[in-house]
Amino acid sequence: MNSAHDLGGMQGFGPVRPEAHEPVFHAEWERHALAMTLAMGATGLWNLDASRHARESLPAATYLGSSYYGIWLAALESLLVARGAVTAEEWASGELQQPGLKLPRILQADQVDAALAAGSPTERPSATPARFAVGQAVRTRLMHPATHTRLPRYARGREGVIARVHGPHVLADANAHRQTGEPEVVSWLYSVCFDASALWGESAEPRASVHLDLWETHLLPVDDPQGQP
Amino acid sequence: MPHDHNHHDHDHDRSHLGAEELRVRALQSLLTQKGYLDPVALDRIIETYGTEVGPHNGAQVVAKAWTEPEYARWLAEDATAAIASLGHQGRQGEHMVALFNTETEHHLVVCTLCSCYPWPVLGLPPVWYKSAPYRSRAVMEPRAVLADFGVTLPESMHVRVWDSTAEVRYLVIPHRPAGTEGWTAQQLATLVTRDSMIGTGLAMPPQASEHVEVAGAQP
Repeated sequence: MNSAHDLGGMQGFGPVRPEAHEPVFHAEWERHALAMTLAMGATGLWNLDASRHARESLPAATYLGSSYYGIWLAALESLLVARGAVTAEEWASGELQQPGLKLPRILQADQVDAALAAGSPTERPSATPARFAVGQAVRTRLMHPATHTRLPRYARGREGVIARVHGPHVLADANAHRQTGEPEVVSWLYSVCFDASALWGESAEPRASVHLDLWETHLLPVDDPQGQP
Repeated sequence: MPHDHNHHDHDHDRSHLGAEELRVRALQSLLTQKGYLDPVALDRIIETYGTEVGPHNGAQVVAKAWTEPEYARWLAEDATAAIASLGHQGRQGEHMVALFNTETEHHLVVCTLCSCYPWPVLGLPPVWYKSAPYRSRAVMEPRAVLADFGVTLPESMHVRVWDSTAEVRYLVIPHRPAGTEGWTAQQLATLVTRDSMIGTGLAMPPQASEHVEVAGAQP
C-alpha cells in the first residue's frame, strides 16, 4: 500500500540526527512495548508480515507523528482488537471485561532464549527453479496494490540487474494477508541492483547503486511490456 | 546544532513519560490477566536486548574476519553459518549477508519501509535508523546522509545502498584501519563501531580508540 511508511526518496524530513552515546531504551515503557510486541508475536495470532502491515495501516499522521515504539503499540492494539483478543474498550481502559481467547501458544520464560535463537527463518523448498540468474536485466512491476508489498514506490517500473539469488522465501506480500490454515506462498527472492540514475534520474548522486531484496512476483524480464511505465 | 535538537527531543519525551509508563503498565497487566503473557518471559526479553545482545557481537565478527582469512571467506560465502558459529543467531538475523567495504566500494544499510536491522549482531536499532530522515534519504542521497555523520568518502568510491526489503539482514564489514598490523582480534574489536557496521561510519583509526591502552596492546 502507498502509505506514510514507504519513505524512500521522500524529501523535507530534515537532516539525520545521530545521538551520541544513545541508550538502548529511552524510557522504561519502551522496554515493555518491545517485550509485549515480541511475546504477542510468539502466540501465533499473527505473523511478522501481518504486524508490519498493521503498522503501515495506521493513519499517516499517526505514523509520522509517533515514536517507533509508539507505532508498535498502536499496531499491537489494532491487531489484538482485529483478532478479537481484546476489545477496543479493554484496550482504552486497561480493564479486563471478558476472559481471554485460547491462543495457539503462550511464550513462557524458559522458552525465550530458544525462541529468540531460532527466530523465524523464511527460506522454503521450491517446486520450481529460479526464473532469473545473476547478471540478468529485469524490470520491476509497475503496481500500486492497496495491500502489503515490499516493493517500495521508488523502485517500481525500474530497470535493474540480478545481483544475488537468495533462494525461495515466503512471499511477504501474500503472507501479511494469509488466514490461519492457508498455505504459505513461496517465491524466489533476489537482490536486485539498480543504478542510482535509474531510480533518481538527474538527481542521482554519482557512483551510487541501490540494492533491493525483491521476490520473483515483483520482477519481469526487462523487455516485458507489463513493466513499462 | 544537532546537539540542541537532541536535547529538545529528550525534554519532549520526558513530558509524556508518566502517561506512557502508566498506559503500558496497564496494557501489560490486561494481557497478563487474559492469559496471553508470562511476565517473567517479558523480563527475559528485556534483559536479552537491553544488556546482552549488542554491537559488541558484530565487532567480534568483524575482528575475526580481519584476522582470519579463512573465516572471512566463510563469512563471504555463508554469513548466517559463520556468524552462528560465534553464537549469534536467530530473530532478525535468520538470513545474514556480509558486505565487505574495500578501497573502491562502500556499503550502507537502510530499511526504507520499516526498521529491519540485524539484531543478533547489532542489537536493537538506534532511533535515527528508524526515523524518517534516514529512511527517506539514504537511498536517494547516501553521500549527503554520510555527511550528517561526519563521513566524507573519496569521490572515486562507489556507494552501494542496501534497502532491507525482505528477511535478509546485512552486516557491513568495514575496511580495516591502517596501522593495526599485528593487533589481536580482541584489540581490533575495540575499533569497530556500531555505525561502521551499518555503513554510516568507518572503523576508528588506532589513535582514536580510547580503549586500546593496555600495555602491549600495540606491537
